[in-house]
Amino acid sequence: MIHSLFMVNSHRDIFMEKHWKTAVKRSICDYFFNALEKASSPEDIPPVISTPHHYLITVYRDRLYFVSVIGKEVQPLFVIEFLHRIMDTFVEYFNECSERVIKENYVVVYELLEEMLDNGFPLATESNVLKELIKPPNILRTVVNTVTGQSNVADHLPTGQLSNIPWRRSGVKYASNEAYFDVTEEVDAIIDRSGSTVFAEIHGSIDACVKLTGMPDLTLSFVNPRMLDDVSFHPCVRFKRWENEKVLSFVPPDGNFTLCSYHIGSQGMVSIPIYVKHNVHYAGSGGKFEVTVGSRHTMGKIIEDLRISAVMPKQVTNVNLLPSQGEYSFKPVEKEVVWDVGRMAPGKPPSIKGILSLQAGVPAPEEKPTVTVHFKIQQLAISGLRVNRLDMYSEKYKPFKGVKYITKAGKFQVRT
Amino acid sequence: RYDDLKNMLDQNKDFLKLEAMKRIIGMIAKGKNASSLFPAVVKNVACKNIEVKKLVYVYLERYAEEQQDLALLSISTFQRGLKDHNQLIRASALRVLSSIRVPIIVPIMMLAIKDGMTDMSPFVRKTAAHAIPKLYSLDPDQKESLIEIIDKLLSDRTTLVAGSVVMAYQEVCPERVDLVHRHFRKLCNLLVDVDEWGQIAILSMLTRYARTQFTDPNKYIFLIPFYVENETIPHQFCTHRGDVKIKHKFLKSTEMYSADKPFYEEESSSDSDEEKIKEKLPKYVMDPDHRLLLKCSKPLLQSRNSAVVMAVAQLYYHLGPRQEVSVVAKALVRLLRGRREVQAVVLQNIASMTLMRKGIFEAFLKSFYVRSTDPTHIRVMKLEVLTNLATESNISIILREFQTYVRSSDKQFVAHTIQAIARCATNIEEVTDTCLAGLVSLLSNRDEAVVAESIVVIKKLLQMNPSQHCDIIKHMARLVDNIQVGSLPPRILRQTIVKNTLLKVPMAKASILWLIGEYSEFVPKIAPDVLRKATKLLAQYVLQLGKYDQSYDIRDRSRFIRHLIMPSSELANGQIHKHAKKILLAPKPAPVLESPFKGRDAYQLGSLSHAINAEANGYQKLPDFPETQPDPSVRTVEVKRLWEISQIEKSCSSSSRSVVEPVTTDRRRPGRTARSKPPKKKSFYSDEDSSEESESGSSSSGSEDSESDSGDSSYSESESGSDETEGPDSRVSDSDKVKKKTVTPALAAASDSGRSRLSSFSRKKGMVPVIRQFKMQILFHFESSGESGSSSSEEESSEEEVKPPPKRQTKRKKETVNLLDLDDFSPPSVSPSKSSTSLLTPMLASDLQGLSLGGANHVEMAGTSSGKSYELLHRVTGGGLSAKYRYPRSPCIYSDTMITVELEFTNSSDSPIQNIHIGEKKLQAGLKVHDFAEIDAIEPGSSKTSTMGIDFCDTTQPLVFDICTKSRKFNVSVKIPVGELVKPVSMAQTEFLNQQGILSGMNENKGKVNVPETIQSSINKKVMEIVNVCIVPSTQSNIHRYAGKTAHGGSVLLLSIDLSESGEAKLIVNCDKMVIGSMVFKQVKEALTN
Repeated sequence: MIHSLFMVNSHRDIFMEKHWKTAVKRSICDYFFNALEKASSPEDIPPVISTPHHYLITVYRDRLYFVSVIGKEVQPLFVIEFLHRIMDTFVEYFNECSERVIKENYVVVYELLEEMLDNGFPLATESNVLKELIKPPNILRTVVNTVTGQSNVADHLPTGQLSNIPWRRSGVKYASNEAYFDVTEEVDAIIDRSGSTVFAEIHGSIDACVKLTGMPDLTLSFVNPRMLDDVSFHPCVRFKRWENEKVLSFVPPDGNFTLCSYHIGSQGMVSIPIYVKHNVHYAGSGGKFEVTVGSRHTMGKIIEDLRISAVMPKQVTNVNLLPSQGEYSFKPVEKEVVWDVGRMAPGKPPSIKGILSLQAGVPAPEEKPTVTVHFKIQQLAISGLRVNRLDMYSEKYKPFKGVKYITKAGKFQVRT
Repeated sequence: RYDDLKNMLDQNKDFLKLEAMKRIIGMIAKGKNASSLFPAVVKNVACKNIEVKKLVYVYLERYAEEQQDLALLSISTFQRGLKDHNQLIRASALRVLSSIRVPIIVPIMMLAIKDGMTDMSPFVRKTAAHAIPKLYSLDPDQKESLIEIIDKLLSDRTTLVAGSVVMAYQEVCPERVDLVHRHFRKLCNLLVDVDEWGQIAILSMLTRYARTQFTDPNKYIFLIPFYVENETIPHQFCTHRGDVKIKHKFLKSTEMYSADKPFYEEESSSDSDEEKIKEKLPKYVMDPDHRLLLKCSKPLLQSRNSAVVMAVAQLYYHLGPRQEVSVVAKALVRLLRGRREVQAVVLQNIASMTLMRKGIFEAFLKSFYVRSTDPTHIRVMKLEVLTNLATESNISIILREFQTYVRSSDKQFVAHTIQAIARCATNIEEVTDTCLAGLVSLLSNRDEAVVAESIVVIKKLLQMNPSQHCDIIKHMARLVDNIQVGSLPPRILRQTIVKNTLLKVPMAKASILWLIGEYSEFVPKIAPDVLRKATKLLAQYVLQLGKYDQSYDIRDRSRFIRHLIMPSSELANGQIHKHAKKILLAPKPAPVLESPFKGRDAYQLGSLSHAINAEANGYQKLPDFPETQPDPSVRTVEVKRLWEISQIEKSCSSSSRSVVEPVTTDRRRPGRTARSKPPKKKSFYSDEDSSEESESGSSSSGSEDSESDSGDSSYSESESGSDETEGPDSRVSDSDKVKKKTVTPALAAASDSGRSRLSSFSRKKGMVPVIRQFKMQILFHFESSGESGSSSSEEESSEEEVKPPPKRQTKRKKETVNLLDLDDFSPPSVSPSKSSTSLLTPMLASDLQGLSLGGANHVEMAGTSSGKSYELLHRVTGGGLSAKYRYPRSPCIYSDTMITVELEFTNSSDSPIQNIHIGEKKLQAGLKVHDFAEIDAIEPGSSKTSTMGIDFCDTTQPLVFDICTKSRKFNVSVKIPVGELVKPVSMAQTEFLNQQGILSGMNENKGKVNVPETIQSSINKKVMEIVNVCIVPSTQSNIHRYAGKTAHGGSVLLLSIDLSESGEAKLIVNCDKMVIGSMVFKQVKEALTN
């Protein structure tokens, strides 16, 4: 399936390669570089490129390209999903996925790639299993290893690999047992120039941090589970229980994981916690720019980390704005205005206004900038989803439990 | 050159070697050539340090191909590795051996794979499955024997293996549909528990399989949704190979639509025709297996893995009935939130789907709105989907959305938007004029690309229906006319024409000239006028320019106009000119504005070929549905697990009994059942446990009844042998009985046809009849290979039916014998932890999952492990080491007179405990012990399990021995409850009664027990907890019978409980060994009263 993998950085250097079958020459990446030339931005590179003898499937993330070489028919999503899984694993091992850490830990990276794929087919991808096979590097262990001569590589098959719960390692022990769940909801919206909502939906996910001893069997129930009609689960969640009783029943993996993610579609009513008033004009060699933001439907919670950005047309040479709160910056190359409002105190809604200077001698732009809004609201799930309770079975101790709600702006755009 | 590295590798110190290997790996990673180090590296292949070893393996996989001769030096190490106790070592040896791509070792690889596929560890079997495509790519001549291996591995029931073997199947022999038949239902049921990558492989394989085995679900019923769904008509016919007559009818009626004639009468008559046809057509009934596949794959739409979701979506799209396909929409739309690459691929597929069936995604229109942060190729694809989704009802919303897109600063995107508008205009007649007007207004855009694109598109639109839009042409012509005047719109046109000189957009230039030329006849009054003026003012100039243009397209067009407007210049004769006009101005077919995704649906959705819109290497075309349903009964066979069989063979040959009595052959069967039934409580997905138990309890009387029936039917089936007519018949009659007892409507529906009975059984936990059936087959095989002539004639017939000729098997065994010594079957040093006791739980888990729709009539056949564990060594006395033991009731792999004992060692001290092994044993007469493999070390806080085999000689005397660690020695004893001395035997009722008759008098223990209400319902469970016996199918619902035999002597133990209505039960235990008989009697009695 996957013949080879090339890791390419943003300067277009191939800094690592791995072959699972007969080595493929680096020159195959030239096709990729050609496509990169044509693309207007790194984001725009087509995921699948076909070359005379091979196919290249590329993912781009964290300013790294992972270019995989495929010889034969295979589902592209299979490969894409797998490449991302490799990157996820790197993040889990090294806390980030960047050229620097990959180069620093090339031995672990190579061992991981070797374990994850056999002859191009996935072998072990569950992070709990991998972590038992190859211990993640940390300073303490490195010191211990050099002293005792032990290695990072396990010589026994992780028990998880054989059991029917491969995601959990056995023999987990904690002094203090805790299970925390973060319900994070992101609001995606398109607001048109008149202020009406063209499209709005909520993407939520429940991220868990479970540190429990033994083999706990957890059940998470909701006050209003009917809201969730489009859910995807971590493999540990039992489908049947969800279908019949609408509770999440699972034996959790050890550590951090995403328990489930859900999507509340545009059909349902989505309340937008924020409104944006704007006024953008061009006249002659100048223009006016004015934006006011206010909150609504926040159930008394305060909007934090409010940030508003807009990419100006290329004719705009400079801006001169005056915010009522926070500060703004303008990047002349990207033409991006970013207004960092911060915490939105109750009272007068914050606003920014001022003048745009346009390039002389060129007709005024036709398009108006789209305003992108970022914000965060603590302790509020905008959909109204609430966790009812968490029960634990098959272990005797009492764990600490906690649920946190947070609402964020996802792709929240206001057309002007 | 790399002398320092070579030096380091030659040193004795592990850390130096490791350091050197790390540096070499670094070179490989950077793409530098490190092949000159090969001799130095290959020496270290036998290095004890596991990390060095792994890195050497990595190196070998990379360079062995280039240095084949030197690589051969490492082979012996791998061969040794293949026999290691540690399954991880075995697996990695097999992996490297198969990965080094040295053609000379193909035979060795083949042996290793064959060896690996019968390995006890599923992980090794998985590795063997992975090795198959490697060997195949190295030597395609091995295909035949590889297919044989794949066939065997397909019958593996562990989820770990299933995915890998299907991938191998896809690589090696995707055309061998016949291999899948027997495993189809199993694969469907396992699907949920297989790992995500395996799910993808299985789904795409099953899609292809289903296309060859089931008929088109939309073939007959498409008449009804046809009008409802409002789809583009011509596509419809491409997809459905329906009745030719019908197709014809529809084509006729669509013609009528387009011809705009009154069609009401015709329509009604054709309607009645259709009805007649419909009556004639057989009613479509979906094959239950087809339904099973759809049902089992549906939950996977909720997978977190986008590739799995896509695989299910394509399965539904290609196989599902029209009205059910819509279930995938929501999940696919959810994927649009995912990674950029995922978005791109999913959008591509959605675009293809919407082209054919727009109804699916109509509700999600807004999810395809373009965001300002989307990269261009995503935007373009979203536009595509939006265009495909446009209908009369939503076109206004879409057009309004398009209007905002046109203002975008991404010009490429704007150009695509304009094209999209044009396509909407052609597809939906109501808006053609609005769109045209909008497009014309775009002509005043300042951006050249936008104007050019609009001109091209307007030209195409006008060409579609010139007669209706002569006013626009007039308008445009007037624009030309007004050029001198200099009003705004004409200035734009002039601008464009002037831009001709800039040679930017040849297509647009050609379009303008073409338009003026082509439609001069529709605007007769203006055209000559215009042209005259144009000739004077511009045309001359334009044409002149055109003549010397670089684009031949433009030269062509301008020459064409020259003919038209300046006939005198080249054609002197006016007559010819007239003819020329006729010829040149012949009405041209209007271009069709098509989606660029048209035709992509020829490729299977989600495939690489679909993504690149070209056939990729190794793409297998999705076969069409067959016209008639192929025989569905091919899927009703079930087969046994591979490695167990091989063990039976092996122990059979090793124990070399000259005469194998029927009773001894029986011995193995219950063991198998016990294996396939891990303790209920411990299986992971047994959500329904509690309800299940009560259910099975309450209906135990009834279900047992049907139990025996099914047992009988399986007998009758094997008796009837290849007689096909009788088998199904008996099944059908059974299914009726089943139906009566099962309350669940789902099953009732499923068991509509007789065949589904088996499938519904196989969905159930017990898999009762099926298991028994193949248990019998194994038995038969065993008998014949063990050279006992005692197998009865009717049994032989069924043996021939299912088993491959035994000769071949034994032959293979011989050739692999050097690699297959018994050590391979020493217990896995890491056996699954307590909570997942059996390797087979995943399989069962899925069976359990399906249980909710199954009925209530299943009863434990035999051998659930009692699960009780006994203390062997307390941690206080053991100085931190504690040990427990239990009887897993699995067949003992060391000897068949032994009983498997599972030991679990736990280290609760704070330092590792090393070298745990058995020291001195004080064996009573006749007691035999097979020690567990020495445990190297147990880390503090962790535990390890190990198995040992003990032959208790049918006595309950405890086994006393020493457990030694590196520093200490503990005296321990293993006691055996009498019930564990027995192994289950399955037996027919008649045989049971015969045996009972023989074992009377002294050998019989009789007594009466008052059984409380609470226990009555779970008698089977209770008894089986105490004694390891097998249920004997009984015709009377109130009499429970169980059979077993002692492990050592093979004395038969029979147990029967006659339950009367009052709750009083007659308990009879017959056993050759009186002591055992009476002990069992006491214990069972006690269990039943409490």
